[in-house]
Amino acid sequence: MILRAAVVALVAFMTLPTVVVIAVSFNPTAILSFPPAGFSLRWYENVLTYPQFQRAAVNSVVVTGGAVALALPVGTLAALALERGRLRGRSLWAAVLLSPLVVPGVAAGLGFLILAAALGLLRSRSVLIAAHVALVLPFVVRSVWVSVRNLDPALERAAASLGATPWRTFRRVTLPLLRPGLFAGLLFAVVVSLNEFVVSLFISNRVTEILPVAMFTYVVNYTDPTIAALSSLFILATFLVVWLADRYLDLGRVFLQH
Amino acid sequence: MKLLLLPAAAVLAVFAAALASLFRWSLLEFIPGSLQAGSLTLANFRAVLAAQYLGAIRDTVVLSALTTVLTLLGAYPVAYVLARTPSRRVRSALLVLTLAPFFTGAIVRTYAWVLVLGNTVVTWPVPMLFTERGVLVGLVHFSMPTMILILAAAISHIDPVYERAAASLGASPARVFRRVTLPLSLPGIVSGALIVFAWTLSAFPTPELLGGGKVKMIANVVKDLGLDSFNWPGAAAFAMLALALTLALLTAVGRVAAGRTP
Repeated sequence: MILRAAVVALVAFMTLPTVVVIAVSFNPTAILSFPPAGFSLRWYENVLTYPQFQRAAVNSVVVTGGAVALALPVGTLAALALERGRLRGRSLWAAVLLSPLVVPGVAAGLGFLILAAALGLLRSRSVLIAAHVALVLPFVVRSVWVSVRNLDPALERAAASLGATPWRTFRRVTLPLLRPGLFAGLLFAVVVSLNEFVVSLFISNRVTEILPVAMFTYVVNYTDPTIAALSSLFILATFLVVWLADRYLDLGRVFLQH
Repeated sequence: MKLLLLPAAAVLAVFAAALASLFRWSLLEFIPGSLQAGSLTLANFRAVLAAQYLGAIRDTVVLSALTTVLTLLGAYPVAYVLARTPSRRVRSALLVLTLAPFFTGAIVRTYAWVLVLGNTVVTWPVPMLFTERGVLVGLVHFSMPTMILILAAAISHIDPVYERAAASLGASPARVFRRVTLPLSLPGIVSGALIVFAWTLSAFPTPELLGGGKVKMIANVVKDLGLDSFNWPGAAAFAMLALALTLALLTAVGRVAAGRTP
């Protein structure tokens, strides 16, 4: 009983901010109040018509799209090599591939800023894409690696012995069997990249900034519920993604390794 | 097969080049009013330990330690139910509710706490927003999903047979937990604590928004120096400090994990 009460209280603590953000986003006045004094969609209208958010949304799509399009094939090849290759120092390679995860955001961000300045690329989105590729690569490698490990090489040998070329075997047997890992990797990469903030803050300006950076600037300068509306849209999208992932991937199995 | 690693190696080379630039600039002399750096020097690292920044370093360590302890206490019951519930629905609901914040970005989460702590919902008896208390609440909330996942994985690896055996020998549920479950989940507790501590040491958006410039942690000093004062060498030295602390702690996690597998 005590356990159940504690868990309910803790889940309430975890979800309280989300509930408040969604409630405030419908607040009719610029002065925040809870519960809201009425119902209004004006802040959603504000989100969709604020030019800086429109520009940042385009940047987000370009940066996340570019980074994921690069990281997915690169990470998949690396996962295949890690599991199948006769590598010396396999665990070292694995550690190096996952290392961008553990570098503090401000260290990576400032490093990319200094590097970009030296290369004269400060005004370009390519720096953001390069940084995002490195940041999402660990998630792709990890997800795909699990699928490669569960793949029975006998299936590929069977295809080859029936006369399929290596390329055809890869395309018709290996890739379809890796689909769950590829899907999970894609999901993680998109979510991580779309929400990346610290590194992006260091290497973007008003023209190249992505949505989380634009939101940060807005929060620092204004107090109206516009960010609550934008946050609600983010939360809705994320809940849908997590819910779908749980339905089709069984998150419990992914995370708890039963 | 080795060739398949080449593209990934290229990506990592760019990342390594960024960190190498950071390291090099941490050893260069800062010339105020210029984005060019001077000659080699250790002055930036001496400045890190100057009196004006010691407060930020102390606050960072204290806040990280408190965050780790509170997150452990809060995450354990949720992780326990997550790992032990027989109902798939309860498990799914807990996973989605506790993991969703993990997937919503730092800005959304932190802004939500700005609203809650800023007296919009309830009026707090003591000031919360722009204080260390408020930052602590935000940091604990931020660390919970990670800790829950690590602890739930550790607890789900414990064979329930041990707990049943202790209970059948007459131990009370509290005693079973204290003498069997808790000790067996210790590796998860240690690695979860180290990972949360390391992450919190370099936390940025939470102290930036909830601290409102009044609470500074190491990462906020890096941003102030690097983006506001254009003192890249000074900021680089602080960033190197954060990097060194994180790597030292995560090496310790590796040791714990290696010790667990016989």
